[in-house]
Amino acid sequence: MGEKLIVTPSPHIKSPRTVKGVMLGVVISLLPACVGAVVLFGMNALLILITSVVSAVVAEALWQRATKQEITVGDFSAVITGLLLAMTLPPGVPLYVPAVGSVFAIVIAKQIFGGLGSNFVNPALAGRAFVLAAWPMSVAGAWLNPLTHDAVSSPTPLAVLKGGGTNIPGLWDLLIGNRTGSLGETSIILLLLGGLFLLVTKIIDWRTPVGFLGTLFVGTWIFGKPGALFQGDGLSAILLGGAVLGAFFMATDYVTSPVTPKGRLIFGIGAGLVTLLIRLWGGYPEGVTYGILFMNLMTPIIDRFVVPKYYGYEHDARARKSAEGKR
Amino acid sequence: MKRSLLHEFTKGFIEENATFRMVIGMCPTLAVTTSVKNGFWMGVAVIFVLTFSNVFVSLLRKMIPDQIRIPIFVILIATPVVIVELLMRAYLPAMYEILGVFVPLIVVNCIIIARAEAFAYKESVLRSFLDGLGIGAGFTCNLMIIGGIREFLGTGQIALGSFVFPSVKLFEPLVVMLTPPGGFMTLGLLMAILNIAVARSAQKKAH
Repeated sequence: MGEKLIVTPSPHIKSPRTVKGVMLGVVISLLPACVGAVVLFGMNALLILITSVVSAVVAEALWQRATKQEITVGDFSAVITGLLLAMTLPPGVPLYVPAVGSVFAIVIAKQIFGGLGSNFVNPALAGRAFVLAAWPMSVAGAWLNPLTHDAVSSPTPLAVLKGGGTNIPGLWDLLIGNRTGSLGETSIILLLLGGLFLLVTKIIDWRTPVGFLGTLFVGTWIFGKPGALFQGDGLSAILLGGAVLGAFFMATDYVTSPVTPKGRLIFGIGAGLVTLLIRLWGGYPEGVTYGILFMNLMTPIIDRFVVPKYYGYEHDARARKSAEGKR
Repeated sequence: MKRSLLHEFTKGFIEENATFRMVIGMCPTLAVTTSVKNGFWMGVAVIFVLTFSNVFVSLLRKMIPDQIRIPIFVILIATPVVIVELLMRAYLPAMYEILGVFVPLIVVNCIIIARAEAFAYKESVLRSFLDGLGIGAGFTCNLMIIGGIREFLGTGQIALGSFVFPSVKLFEPLVVMLTPPGGFMTLGLLMAILNIAVARSAQKKAH
């Protein structure tokens, strides 16, 4: 995507920012959480991360070679897909899971639709949804204890919360990531660090994550406790599961989210809402993946209806009417 | 210029392939193709109904009034469907259990009414017979290919009667391939591959 065409509302000021630069920024922002995952879950996590990234890059290069396209693995987008996919997987999955997931993400979800910029859903999430549907037992049941790395048979905190239990880790453990969960979703502090970096460098817009997490927080606060309103545990809801990871790193994907600021806010709120619905009343304990994937599909509709006002146009119907009357 | 009789039969496989080129008859294609065996028997049922209805529509084509041809087609199609359904219930009860409602639903299968309307209503009995056989056989092949891919990936093995290949599972089966999303993905990818192949051969012919 070395094109000079920038698809955003006016004004069309060209910035020195390139695809490669943005992607590199995202990789840097993901690194703390990846290191955290390796510290928490050990060699297993490292192997999953490496397998996932290598398969994603190799799949992209091979596909582009086979279809005689320019090979663009140098732009780091495949690296991000691999990293994000690995971060959504439980640390105890067999290594074929990230490998197949990455290949699916790159070939089926991204390249078949035309490669970077043309995919209609987030490739990493599509890969995760695929492996979760393909091997439900080995993907949804491969949790490890942080630090001790023992296999865990008890449900994740999110599943506990869904079952109506209250026995979830304390706030500090949730923040540093001392709990069972997917590779890259547990350490909230490190994820926020990366997210903050993206916000400060203006790679992502604050509206999407704020809309997403805000909706989840308020929604859980209102409806989270069965039988009573306004008593749910909203804070745990956003700290548990993949909400922070999804809100900062996946819902903000340029290709699959709206281009206008208002559209991004709608996207975030919508993704939060679907996540909330699945978590509270759906069949799965976690709904971030499907929330974002669902809104990915809504993105063209949002972009179509949320059109910014053109500069110089009259804002309001009354003004237009009076102008017509004068004529 | 009339096309050759052989062509009336062979066109059902690639050129006028019901599933991948005309994109009709999608309902059984997606619903029952979880194994080669299911695909085969569904295909056999369709071949029987299609050939029967084509022949009778063609035989009666000069007597059927234009204005009420569709209801008459439906009756001519429903007859063999009932025959197939009763035969399957009697001799293949296990298969009938699996295919279930999709056997009676052949009556509204687009392939059959499309061939009656677009082909048998205008052509001779022999041509209609060959057309029904060919389109039906092509459709059966599609169902068996889709079924084969989904069965192999979804269960790790392909079972044909007592013959099972490969005898040991080489990988952890991908359950998703047996579910509707797996069906859609297989169908879409196969359609893309066939479209590329047809486009390439057309390009070659043009040169």
